[in-house]
Amino acid sequence: MSLYGTDLLALLPELIIVVTACLVLALDPITPASRRDLLAWLSVGALALCLGLTGWQISVLNVRVSAFSDLVVIDAYARFWKILLYGVTGVIILLSLPYLKAERIHLGEYYGFILLALSGMMVMVSGADLLTIYLGTELMSISLYVLTGFNRSKPRSLEASAKYFVLGAFSSGILLYGISLLYGMAGSTKLASIAVAIGTRGADDPLLLIATILVAVGFGFKLAAVPFHMWTPDVYQGAPTSVTAFMAVAAKAASFAAFIRVFVEGLGGLKADWSLLFLLISVVTLVLGNIVAIVQTNIKRMLAYSSIAHAGYLLIGVVTFSGAAVAYYLVAYLLMTLLCFAVLVVVGNSGGSDQIEDFAGLAKRSPFLAFAMLIGMISLAGVPFTAGFLGKFFIFDAAIRQHQTMLVVIGVITVGCGFYYYLKVVRAMYWLTPPADSQPVPLSALSRLTMTLLIAAIFVLGVYPQPILNALDQPAARATISMFR
Amino acid sequence: MTIPLSYYLVLSGIVFLTGVVGVLLRRNIIIILLSVELMLNATNINFVAFSQYFHDVAGQVFVFFALTVAAAEVAVGLAIIIALYRAKSTINIDEFQMLKW
Repeated sequence: MSLYGTDLLALLPELIIVVTACLVLALDPITPASRRDLLAWLSVGALALCLGLTGWQISVLNVRVSAFSDLVVIDAYARFWKILLYGVTGVIILLSLPYLKAERIHLGEYYGFILLALSGMMVMVSGADLLTIYLGTELMSISLYVLTGFNRSKPRSLEASAKYFVLGAFSSGILLYGISLLYGMAGSTKLASIAVAIGTRGADDPLLLIATILVAVGFGFKLAAVPFHMWTPDVYQGAPTSVTAFMAVAAKAASFAAFIRVFVEGLGGLKADWSLLFLLISVVTLVLGNIVAIVQTNIKRMLAYSSIAHAGYLLIGVVTFSGAAVAYYLVAYLLMTLLCFAVLVVVGNSGGSDQIEDFAGLAKRSPFLAFAMLIGMISLAGVPFTAGFLGKFFIFDAAIRQHQTMLVVIGVITVGCGFYYYLKVVRAMYWLTPPADSQPVPLSALSRLTMTLLIAAIFVLGVYPQPILNALDQPAARATISMFR
Repeated sequence: MTIPLSYYLVLSGIVFLTGVVGVLLRRNIIIILLSVELMLNATNINFVAFSQYFHDVAGQVFVFFALTVAAAEVAVGLAIIIALYRAKSTINIDEFQMLKW
């Protein structure tokens, strides 16, 4: 019997994250409250180690490695998302540290659950079998249910957690039923075998179509696409802000990465069928997400609708089969959303709420924070020279090449709506006068550094997108992405 | 005499739909949780039936994973429901209206 030595080596980053998560959970009770910071730094250290390992994997063996008899595959696509996820999780842990203290919920489990959710996401992005993808999705979702309700003293946090749990469990039930039908059709849950079975059985098998729709619905919930978005605003608003940031950024990226892999590598033979389905979903997502965002008065809720709207733009990229554009858009979305949430977290630390009106005159109180929020907002809106603009440009460019002019027209109109609600925050910060008793918001050097780096990344990628576009344009990655073209 | 595959599929379809209708119509969060379990068990029926049909154990292995995940999910779900009940003294989902657009 083989000992799976090489397979374990391929999965070393995942193992390190899981072991660190368990270590954090075990060390938590014996760590005095004053030294809990160490647990956060331990987690960040594990992330840095994994970043190094994955980076080393890229430089040394940039090939497609399958492990555990094709249950997981570590290719350039998976490594690309893993590196992003490490970075995002690291930033969120650093932001959480002061936030949790201010909210008086600084417990070690928090970091344990963040790391467990991360390991689930890593399995999702490198899963080559519906079994591993399902397990990764569940590991991520269950950890997020707990994190959403982490602030147990606030009924709002618990309510958000319960809503997320009910709809999340419902959606995974639907996803799993779809997977079981795909298994019945292909005799295997491996994406490659499913693709072969679709090739031999033809695309108009009713069982196959039902299975595809169920899997699409299951993923639609995770991606927060209309009409499966109902949980998003409630959960984003109720969850602790640092957890909302984690959900909006990391969970979204991992869900999109797994979604694209399933639909391209597994169900690629049904492209004609699912692209029509996602075309409709992307149109309603764009329209509803952008229009309902206009009337929001709470920034977290507005960012929730904004995240729904951005899922719509990403779906345009999916239906026009432009993998590189989707990847670039997601990276841009991660950077700017993370920046907005970083500001929200810092403002929340000093007792500010997350109503838009409470940002009145932030520019006079804390010019740097207001500037960071301004950059995040204009990038989300899509002002030129920011990453958000180029992301939308690539997506619309791909849509025009596919002669989807109507989609571009709808997209551009909704971008106009986006300008209105993003700039509403900018208006509050720069044009309204601050309340008389307002104080400057304290900002730690670490947060300032993180925000500066995010701002720099938004501008650098806004004028020089090649690193992201090239990262996925390698022989190993092309296998996944080229089916897309 | 063996039972044909279609019987299993019809059974699992009925169980699954019962679960979906339960989630959509019932207001008690515990009943909703049970309905989700029905959906997951319908999936397990499918996996076992297909596994038998293909003479392939992978489907049964999937059932073990699905059962484990369902157990973990219920554990977390019940913990959330208990915490919520302590805070609000109700588990009727219609009364959770603090978050609304």
